[in-house]
Amino acid sequence: MIEVRGLSKSFGDKKVLQNISGVFERGRTNLIIGASGSGKSVLLKNIVGLLVPDLGKVLYNGRNFVGANRDTKIEIRREIGMLFQGGALFDSLNVEQNVKFPLDVLTKMPEDEKLDRVNFCLKRVSLENTNKRMPSEISGGMKKRVGIARAIVNNSKYLFCDEPNSGLDPQTSIQIDRLLQEITHEYQITTLIVTHDMNSVMEIGEYILFICNSRKLWEGLNQHIIHSGVEELDNFVFANKMMRKFKELTN
Amino acid sequence: MHMYNIGRYILFLGALFKNRESFRTYATLTLDECILVGINSIVLVSLVSVFMGAVSTLQTAYNIVSPFIPDSVIGLIMRNLTILELAPTITAIIFAGKVGSSIASNLGTMQITEQIDALEVMGINSVSYLVLPKILATLIMYPLLVILAGCLAIGGGYLAAEWGGVLSATDFFIGLKRRFNEFSVYFALIKSFVFAFLVSSISAYMGYYTQGGALEVGQASTRAVTISCICILLGDFILAQLLLVS
Repeated sequence: MIEVRGLSKSFGDKKVLQNISGVFERGRTNLIIGASGSGKSVLLKNIVGLLVPDLGKVLYNGRNFVGANRDTKIEIRREIGMLFQGGALFDSLNVEQNVKFPLDVLTKMPEDEKLDRVNFCLKRVSLENTNKRMPSEISGGMKKRVGIARAIVNNSKYLFCDEPNSGLDPQTSIQIDRLLQEITHEYQITTLIVTHDMNSVMEIGEYILFICNSRKLWEGLNQHIIHSGVEELDNFVFANKMMRKFKELTN
Repeated sequence: MHMYNIGRYILFLGALFKNRESFRTYATLTLDECILVGINSIVLVSLVSVFMGAVSTLQTAYNIVSPFIPDSVIGLIMRNLTILELAPTITAIIFAGKVGSSIASNLGTMQITEQIDALEVMGINSVSYLVLPKILATLIMYPLLVILAGCLAIGGGYLAAEWGGVLSATDFFIGLKRRFNEFSVYFALIKSFVFAFLVSSISAYMGYYTQGGALEVGQASTRAVTISCICILLGDFILAQLLLVS
């Protein structure tokens, strides 16, 4: 479980996050949603430690990450897997080497065991027989799946995804969403996804935290999102014609 | 702004030695970098050195017009010029252009495509993991390239003397051996270590802190070469003042 308490972050005079709190439970897909520039990616970066918050706490199973000593931070970070927006695969390494990378650097596992684990993870994301291909030779959706395999290869307890559907077609997006949800349930990991894709919200959002103008405006389950009563959230959810039509029908 | 960058550069260098990975990891990475930094620079450095030596010999001969100055002086001037300046300093400028820009653009691309963030999230000190092997490889390979450049420049000088008909091979070798001070070789090696460190660390710093997109990567690469060159020339002057004059 990850708990965020009163997190605030500013860049100069600009307040990007103001007093954000939330509890992200283990074994469910937690979503942070909001419009572009609302601060959701900054929130994610503060939670994983790529940015340091001005105020507040981030607790990983009760261990405060903000202001923790170096050993605790390293210990927590080695339990984290992260899927970046563009995949962030290492250009100079092939698919197999990319997935094996955390095992090479962070463990003393024998080589054959590492390869077994890599092949298992690649199979889990339906990427068998792509081991020797370079990141430049695979599609955007495949890069995301390699990113997921790399994120879970070290038996991560926490999985973070920064806009996993960006740049993907709707079908591939749904495949990635379902894969993330399956992995979350299967391995009982705490998954935190930053997205502005409403398909993801409706498809896999089990707990949703909505950020607008640097503040948390709403949190809850996806079945409650269409009747939230929060104007900003309604504007976000029903931004397109299809969703507005859907709302009229449900009303 | 300059003070901010100097301070951040010092902190960046300090981060090289924090939270290090295993020795084996660094050994493998350093070996890979040695190939990129050193082996891949041999052709360029060799070509430049041979022509640099050849042209220096011809121009020295052209400028010595007095019949009272023996021809062998051309060899002596050529030797000192090569060991003290051409091999360590001019090669460093070329090295900054080739390897410095490569280091900066490599790290810059990793930064803007979140590959560096990916390392940090895994709990790996990205500065130490990515930059330390580059600096070590440069410190190992650049002095070797300087030795190679020096030998080839003298070789180029000899060929120019022989084929250009400006002086005989015997005079050239007499000049090469005359009043040889071995400290000049140590001085060249000291310079090569300093320049190697400056080029690799400044370029890595510029690349590591790139923000933005492809345009900024190009700008970081250009800045890396420019600042490396300025620091090489400044370092050259300071070292000459400290070790040769004082």
